[in-house]
Amino acid sequence: MGNNVFMFYLFSGTILIFSVLSVTSRRILRAAVFLLFALVATSGFYFMMNYQFLAGVQLSLYAGGIVVLIIFSILLTHHISYKFERTPLMTLSLGLIVAVAGAALSIFTLLKYPFRVSTAVPLETNMKVIGTQLMGTGKNGYALPFEVISILLLASMVAAIIIAKKGK
Amino acid sequence: MIANISLTHFLIVTTLMFFTGIYGFLTRRNLITLLMSIELILNSVNINFVVFNRYLYPDQLQGHFFAMFIIAIAAAEAAVAIALIINIYRRFTSIEVDDVDEMKY
Repeated sequence: MGNNVFMFYLFSGTILIFSVLSVTSRRILRAAVFLLFALVATSGFYFMMNYQFLAGVQLSLYAGGIVVLIIFSILLTHHISYKFERTPLMTLSLGLIVAVAGAALSIFTLLKYPFRVSTAVPLETNMKVIGTQLMGTGKNGYALPFEVISILLLASMVAAIIIAKKGK
Repeated sequence: MIANISLTHFLIVTTLMFFTGIYGFLTRRNLITLLMSIELILNSVNINFVVFNRYLYPDQLQGHFFAMFIIAIAAAEAAVAIALIINIYRRFTSIEVDDVDEMKY
């Protein structure tokens, strides 16, 4: 068993175990920390695929930004040892049926589909290539979505401040 | 592509992660945990984009940029959602979805 395979099973095991724990844990702060572990293991996948920049973005934005935001809002709205009531058995079993049926259907479909793996020479994804493509306007250029996303970020920041500030 | 690991392996992991998020979204009754389930779902979709990019089109970067834009949108969405949640808490002193029903008929 190669190093690659070992790391793959390590990361996927971490992701699966901690995502299940994060949606079933009855203590909300623990659920947030389990989510953090799942997100960090995801960035391990990106490192495995040689997308170092994306892995860094995942670590700093998801694990460092969004989870910290969620933890702050938990601390603002709940007592630190807050514990949920048990989910009603009806809701729990219905949710489980939907999730299992959906997962079974998707896995059945994708096991049957013949993916044609490309043998093209991989593009080296260093910072220069990413920067030129992100700012380019010609072929393989992503300048327009980049600008749109920056306006979206500005608008959502303004909206968040307006919504969260005390009225009057 | 990565030696010894097929595309389907990655896709099975992300499918299971996606439906874990769906399960959490259906069973949780708290706004913040709903938001966390959404983050799980978005994250699994992100892995899918990156894996397709690496295995099927390694000479381009489309999936890479898609994943980056999804991360940016997820950050914006989390900021607005948490502002809304804090505002709701201020008004109802609770963020359980069962308690927040003032706008229902």
